[in-house]
Amino acid sequence: MPAVPQPITTENRPRRPVNGRFSSYRQLLLARMKELYREPELIFWIFIFPVLLAGGLGVAFRAHAPSPTAVAIVSGPGAARARALIADDLNLQVSVLPAPVALNDFRFGRVALVVIPGPQGQYTFRLDPARSESQLARLQVNNALQQGAGRRDPISVGDQVASESGSRYIDFLIPGLLGMNLMNSGMWGVGFALVEMRQRKLLKRLVATPMPRSQFLAALATSRLVLMLVEMVLLLGIGVLGFRMQILGSLLTIVVVGAVGAVSFAGLGLLAACRAQKIESVSGLINAVMMPMWVFSGVFFSYQRFPSMLQPLIRGLPLTALNDALRAVILEGASLRSQALRLLILAVWGCGSALLALRWFRWA
Amino acid sequence: MDVMPAAIRCSNLRKTYDGQVEAVRGLDLEVAVGECFGLLGPNGAGKTTSIEILEGLLEATSGEVEILGRTWKHHRRELQQMLGVSLQETRLSEKLTVRETVALFASFYRRPQPVDTVLETLSLTEKRDAWVGKLSGGQRQRLAVACALVADPQLLFLDEPTTGLDPQSRRQLWEVVRELQHQGRTILLTTHYMDEAERLCDRLAIMDHGRVMISGTPAELIAQVGGHHVLEFSVAPGSASENGGREPVSDAMLRRLPGVQGLHRDDSRVALHVAEPHATIPALLEILQRHGQELAHLSTRQASLEDVFVKLTGRHLRED
Repeated sequence: MPAVPQPITTENRPRRPVNGRFSSYRQLLLARMKELYREPELIFWIFIFPVLLAGGLGVAFRAHAPSPTAVAIVSGPGAARARALIADDLNLQVSVLPAPVALNDFRFGRVALVVIPGPQGQYTFRLDPARSESQLARLQVNNALQQGAGRRDPISVGDQVASESGSRYIDFLIPGLLGMNLMNSGMWGVGFALVEMRQRKLLKRLVATPMPRSQFLAALATSRLVLMLVEMVLLLGIGVLGFRMQILGSLLTIVVVGAVGAVSFAGLGLLAACRAQKIESVSGLINAVMMPMWVFSGVFFSYQRFPSMLQPLIRGLPLTALNDALRAVILEGASLRSQALRLLILAVWGCGSALLALRWFRWA
Repeated sequence: MDVMPAAIRCSNLRKTYDGQVEAVRGLDLEVAVGECFGLLGPNGAGKTTSIEILEGLLEATSGEVEILGRTWKHHRRELQQMLGVSLQETRLSEKLTVRETVALFASFYRRPQPVDTVLETLSLTEKRDAWVGKLSGGQRQRLAVACALVADPQLLFLDEPTTGLDPQSRRQLWEVVRELQHQGRTILLTTHYMDEAERLCDRLAIMDHGRVMISGTPAELIAQVGGHHVLEFSVAPGSASENGGREPVSDAMLRRLPGVQGLHRDDSRVALHVAEPHATIPALLEILQRHGQELAHLSTRQASLEDVFVKLTGRHLRED
């Protein structure tokens, strides 16, 4: 006997799901963005603070004419002659002082060089070879004395003065601040946020629902990328509009480098947050991870100043890789391919820490 | 014929932390579909650990758990879709509105209830656009239940839904629980308020030291205390010394009074569990007078679950 098809009623009609596969991701991202947007402190630290920092440092270290170097001549016979010979040099500020005063001023760095006239018309320079302005003053004073006494230079030379954007301190600073900002907001935005949710027992509440954990983490990572774009626009904006900085690289390349950096630090933030129960302990951990990079990774000054022994280690740090890559693409217009090694370093840090974090992560 | 599986069935459930602390020591429970079941006990009795094992958040050290005929090991995804959970002390995000919060939880389920329907059930419609940070304690608890209810769950776990609330907010939540019961949902709730359990629960189990001490309907439990009434009295201090050397009334004498089925002393106050107060009271007055003792206090009341607990453990449920 053939089976009689059942009439479809409201009772046995298969109920269709209301929510699609990615509804959790969409709502989690939406909620995260609203929370961030409604948190005034966060707005300050992520957006206003770096802009103030860039503005302040940019103004403090703006290019200006170098002030004349101070030089002292010890009073006595020969002092007046030396003074007359040097006085024409606009780059030197000369004063004649008694020996103890002159030596004292030198010791405290108020003068860069002491000229000590000798009994037979010769002169002795007292200088500190470790101070570049001291060395410079010696050359300038020596030149002025020799030329004033009638030296003729056999080769004719001339100067061509240049002060181009791209080589100024602010140009160096802006990409560094951008890198540092991406690190700060990545570590705090992921690490701190997660531990706070764990402390509030919200994480536990969420895993008691069918919410896919991968979508939860994806929403967190996406919120980082959105913020990364805003941070980038702000910092590059102040560089271009406030300091007439020139961006040589393509915007897409810059965004890709920034995104790799943001995700890499989100991975480190996840690792910092995987076990901590209290926000105090994760704060300490995050600061301990970030502190060395503030110093070594060339945010405010070049890491070339550190001993060459340390260079490979410094270059292996994620923030160094990010700062170098950002500077290369922003200031030199480097291609993405030329930054492959630096991007690889970032990817290794990010993926490695994320994998460890997921293995150790405590949800409940 | 199909036998409808129990909503919750667990047997010999044990949970040991760090191999030392035994939070749950052999828990057996069976909750039928459609029932409102109460798990009672003082703080530290093991209620929360037990409920978190049943919710699939903790793994039991040993024992069997079956929820709606399924196990956490084999049907986790399916079970998560069928349950609504409200944990103790979850702090939801303060900067989201009530509606946004419930909508977020709704997004986790394949077939959630409409958010507005849930807000209506929990009387939160007026507060739908308020930030969670601005809600009162009672409103927050109702929001926590809303986040559980939006799953359209067959089974709801409510862990101490009324702890720390004022009487009015508690009563409001009781209404909600009754409404959920009328909708045909099974509810497991924990509480340390006896009056709450008595009003809301079809059946309940009293836990202490990680095990169930007694279970049944509230009426059954009260009947087990012996006597549905409690007669409480105390004698005026000093009256025993001025009674001309006559001995004071002993517990044994009181137990022999007509209708007395149990006795419990709490400082100077004596509680007698009796079947019929009108038979006991005259006899009590007579024996006190004969021993020269003066009444300072006398009252009668219906026996409560609190009396059951005191009789079972010798202490009060909430020592605060």
